[in-house]
Amino acid sequence: MRLFLFQRLKRLIKIRLNEVPLDIQQNTSIRQLQEQQQLDADLMIVNGFPTSADYLIKDGDLVIMIKRGAMPSANELEALMMARHTPGVHARIAKSRIGIAGAGGLGSNIAIALARIGVGQLVIADFDQVEPSNLNRQQYFIDQIGLPKVIALKENLQRINPYVKIETFNGRIDPHNLTQVFAGVDVMVEAFDAPDQKAMLTTTHLQQSPDCPLVAASGMAGYASSNSIQTRKIRKNFYLVGDQITAAEPGQGLMAPRVSVAAGHQANAVLRILLGEDPE
Amino acid sequence: MNLQVNGAEFQFDTGSSIGQLLKQLDLHPDRVVLELNQNILNTADNINTQLHDGDKLEIIQFVGGG
Repeated sequence: MRLFLFQRLKRLIKIRLNEVPLDIQQNTSIRQLQEQQQLDADLMIVNGFPTSADYLIKDGDLVIMIKRGAMPSANELEALMMARHTPGVHARIAKSRIGIAGAGGLGSNIAIALARIGVGQLVIADFDQVEPSNLNRQQYFIDQIGLPKVIALKENLQRINPYVKIETFNGRIDPHNLTQVFAGVDVMVEAFDAPDQKAMLTTTHLQQSPDCPLVAASGMAGYASSNSIQTRKIRKNFYLVGDQITAAEPGQGLMAPRVSVAAGHQANAVLRILLGEDPE
Repeated sequence: MNLQVNGAEFQFDTGSSIGQLLKQLDLHPDRVVLELNQNILNTADNINTQLHDGDKLEIIQFVGGG
């Protein structure tokens, strides 16, 4: 008799709806849940994947219901972004602070990759303005020509992930201000264009912040094979991305694909360092 | 004297300076990161620094582009 009653009672299951814990009845569909909660939504996501209104919600499901085009809350966005990550990865990325010196072809691409994976804080420095010649490889738009790159990049990053904290420095980095501008970063990224600036930053960083990993880049001009671009460990806490040979010079320009490959290497090296992996 | 540069043995005139070595290797002093016996040096301040037999150098050359 007891067993019979128990089976007839509808059991409750525990889910999270838009990041809020909720107990609902078993065999509730997405459509029923939406009606019960009176949510104005047209995009239904369960455990990171879009789903249909007929889906029967299971115990432990992470359900997100949002309206297309509307701004999700920080918690909702975090849940949505987290869904595509390996479990446990997100928390470690979210509390990290990364410095990027240079917001050109490398820096703008690296910053976007790091914002997309949900890095908590970015510190970005550049002295330059967006120029038409930058648009062949840098993550800017025609209507941003003339803006300081750090301002334009911050705008673009906030359109991707408004919950990344972005600090900008619109000026030149030198041996006297490097440590101050990038105070407290977990990983430093060298993303300059000029070779003497690259060498200056690397020398200064290795001298002043030897315990903070540095990911620098050298050699990504032209359109030689992508496979010649590598990530190499040079010494403790110093990684170098590129083919180390191909300079930007007359007759050999910088082009989006290969610069993006190098930027991807650098961003992935940062990610691997954050997760305790060897970037090489 | 013998120097070890980026892992390879080099024969070099005794008493030569870092600047002379960079010139011989056709490297621009402003564009390199220099490690001498595990210490990172400011290249510009050490152009006239004398090298000694058995010194180990790592020289990272940066090329333009980004």
